[in-house]
Amino acid sequence: MILLWLILIPLIAGVLAWMVARWSASAARWVALIAVLIDFVLALSLWIGNFHAGLRTWFEQADWAWIPQFGIRFHLALDGLSLLLLMLTFFLGILSVLASWNEITKAVGFFHLNLLWILAGIAGVFLAVNLFLFYFAWELMLVPMYFLISIWGHENRVYAAVKFFLFTQLSGLLMLIAILALFFLHYHATGVYTFEYEQLLGTAMSPSTEMWIMLGFFVAFAVKLPVVVLHTWLPDAHTEAPTAGSVILAGLLLKTGAYGMLRFVVPLFPHAAHTFAPVAMALGVAGILYGAILAFGQTDLKRLVAYTSVSHLGFVLLGIFAWNELALQGAVMTMICHGISTGALFILVGVLQERIHSREMDRMGGLWSTAPRLSGATLFFALASLGLPGLGDFVGEFLVLLGTYKVSIVLAALATVGVLFATFYALRLVQRAFQGPNTHDWRIVDLVPREGLVVALMIVTLLWLGLYPRPVLDTFQPAMARLEQLASGR
Amino acid sequence: MTGNELIALLPLLIVAGTSIVVMLVVAVHRDHRLSASLTFIGLAAAFGSLWTAAPVAPLQVTPLLMLDRYALFYIGLIVAASMAFVLLSYGYFERCEGDHDELYILLLVATLGSTVLVASSHFVSLFLGLELLSVALYGMIAYRHTRPLPLEAGIKYLVLAAASAAFLLFGMALIYGALGTMQFGEIVVRLARADFDRWLVLPGLALIVTGFGFKLAVVPFHLWTPDVYQGAPAPVTAYIATVSKGAMFALLLRFFYSSGGHDLAPVFIVFTIIAIASMIVGNLLALLQNNVKRILAYSSIAHLGYLLVAFQAAGDLGPTAVTFYLVSYFVTTMGAFGVVTVLSDGSSEAEDMEDYRGLFWRRPALAAVFTSMLLSLAGIPVTAGFIGKFYIVAAGASSTMWALIIILVITSAIGLFYYLRIIAVMYGQPSESPAGPSTLAPAGSLVLALLTALLVWFGVFPGPLLSLIRNALAGLT
Repeated sequence: MILLWLILIPLIAGVLAWMVARWSASAARWVALIAVLIDFVLALSLWIGNFHAGLRTWFEQADWAWIPQFGIRFHLALDGLSLLLLMLTFFLGILSVLASWNEITKAVGFFHLNLLWILAGIAGVFLAVNLFLFYFAWELMLVPMYFLISIWGHENRVYAAVKFFLFTQLSGLLMLIAILALFFLHYHATGVYTFEYEQLLGTAMSPSTEMWIMLGFFVAFAVKLPVVVLHTWLPDAHTEAPTAGSVILAGLLLKTGAYGMLRFVVPLFPHAAHTFAPVAMALGVAGILYGAILAFGQTDLKRLVAYTSVSHLGFVLLGIFAWNELALQGAVMTMICHGISTGALFILVGVLQERIHSREMDRMGGLWSTAPRLSGATLFFALASLGLPGLGDFVGEFLVLLGTYKVSIVLAALATVGVLFATFYALRLVQRAFQGPNTHDWRIVDLVPREGLVVALMIVTLLWLGLYPRPVLDTFQPAMARLEQLASGR
Repeated sequence: MTGNELIALLPLLIVAGTSIVVMLVVAVHRDHRLSASLTFIGLAAAFGSLWTAAPVAPLQVTPLLMLDRYALFYIGLIVAASMAFVLLSYGYFERCEGDHDELYILLLVATLGSTVLVASSHFVSLFLGLELLSVALYGMIAYRHTRPLPLEAGIKYLVLAAASAAFLLFGMALIYGALGTMQFGEIVVRLARADFDRWLVLPGLALIVTGFGFKLAVVPFHLWTPDVYQGAPAPVTAYIATVSKGAMFALLLRFFYSSGGHDLAPVFIVFTIIAIASMIVGNLLALLQNNVKRILAYSSIAHLGYLLVAFQAAGDLGPTAVTFYLVSYFVTTMGAFGVVTVLSDGSSEAEDMEDYRGLFWRRPALAAVFTSMLLSLAGIPVTAGFIGKFYIVAAGASSTMWALIIILVITSAIGLFYYLRIIAVMYGQPSESPAGPSTLAPAGSLVLALLTALLVWFGVFPGPLLSLIRNALAGLT
């Protein structure tokens, strides 16, 4: 039941925020903030409550019949992996609400409606264990995200929003075909209509069928992740979105792709995934290098950060398809830490844009002298992004590289070059924007307490993840062990 | 005719009776509100009489009409859509000059024709229903006869509908010549015997498909659609898009399922080609339009293409998918044209893209309704259109028609593009001089609210509707 509330609270609060905005814009903000806080506390209490019980798989469930004619159930279930991603969702949700406190002045109520509904959709994706419900939630995230970009975005917002919608919708429909193909295969084998994840695991199929269905899922997740070649929506969407939109896109929406790979692609289609792994890993490495090189060439700060996402998510793909314990741990750690460090970078760029009305690095320079706290925070997250030991990102990428080394030395070496490139773009960002002489004579307000709080929370979390990741690793370990067992069990 | 047969025919009789009552009342006293109310009450009574008729179904009434649950389900759908039409057009025509009472008589006749169509089990009743529907529609399309566009649309529809009726008649004649029967159920028996002349039956079926194709506006018989959609008054467009096409599709389903013509390979191939062409042409041409009514016209061509995909699926999943999709299509299309209707005033239709610029900032509720209708057409979750599309893809997948489904998926992604264009305009910066009426008609707003509620209900809890549909289809296959 608590799982249902995790989804219902943002849905209801969204409508409430829309309604109270008629009277007061800040009331809408408070409603949104309180709703996400409640969800975060609920998720936290689930974590603490189950931590000592060993976090066995599916330690919390909710299950109702929904469309009985088709074996569709409203079935939510929680394991360690879902729980961590849920906490990330609500954590970034809180920060997104705070980050848009002053940025959004137009249609405040409708903005928070969309923001909260995206969070509800994402929570649904992380919790659904019925494939129909999963697809439902997967598609549900799109519409509010579309509005978020197309109404509150920057100059080229409509183009970016439509591109985002088309890419994800088309790939989502391919996944729908794959889901239905799997459903009918299972039906013909057993005579049972079901979309239940647990029951569809281990459906017998011929290798070529398995490969085709697996590709249907893979494409949908690859667009979200994004895998190079299918990534072209990402720089546009991230750049044009308002700060909260960019944070949610980079921090959460991309993770739904990675989550889908972990939860569905490999366990449901172990043989096909194994056959396909070299291609996927090569795509991952290509993403790491491509994203890093393009990030180096950008002058628009948001675009730069967007391309670093392509690079970091390449590590996640690499880790998932290397499919050993170390690499998987690394992939999940990278997912979480990337959500926080990139989210923070987007927030800082948003703050900067609010002050100087530009994202162009050429218009900046020497900002350290006038806004030291802002500049220092940016340096911190840029260092996190390049993989400085002691911060969360390092743990994730290091584990991925270790795991990959066991599988393929060449790919591990190439991916390491990507880490090197990260140093270039991260330091270039800091140098061009914040160091050197203040040639444009900027006089800007430094981080105000609200922004300082947001940034401080993120810094503390990232330090914690980098220095003492044990509790987090322990949380998703049982879930990952189960997935590994499913994938190798046949 | 026995008492039971009269009870089974009650919905049709009430609709027919109402048309006579309204005609007589109009002869004595002209009053728009009175005519509309009488029509609405008559239709509501016909809708209510479905529960009286249901216990005696299935019942063959004369060789012409088959009143089974399938027919009753579609009669209910048609009558409900006509009721929505009455409420929408009352507000719309109230703003127009001239007399409006005859419109309701025409509507009742058209509704009678559609109900005969979905209940027909014989070529004669098929033709009777079709002509009742078409002749009334000529009048409805050109109802604002002082304007050029409706007149042009009316004449266009007249010529094409007459031509398609001729095709249909010729096809029926050929089949009758080969098989010696006009009863759908009898046709299947004689087809199974395989001692007929193939070269009479196949051209006959081809001509019948052509006749159906014109009415359904599927490619390559679609050319009249955009002009008629644009020219007809907005509520009439809604009626053509929903009731006329829906009744025709219900008949198509019954004809090919109960006559067994569906199993003939050439027919199957023809429908595959038509489906593919409709999906591609409809969606691509919609991209090029700037007129909302024309966009919806082309999108309806594409939607009929999707329906044909499900139509070809084997087993009971196909008809279920078709029927569910039709219900959601009725709700959605009625809603979309309903928005166009309430935004139109007496002098101009709200059909230009610019009329919708910034609608969200002026009328958030109306923009939200239109958005949900468009998203339903695009098949996005929480709307009925999503479950409908899901069902169609499921029906296709169960019959392993992968090529058709992939085309469906790709073309519907193209379709999303022009729906998003309208949505983007609605949420864009408002224009300087907002067009449209200053107040919305209350009846129209009520219909829109109801349709939106239905849209979400069917999209989130489709279970009850699905049981109803399965129940209705039980006797068909």
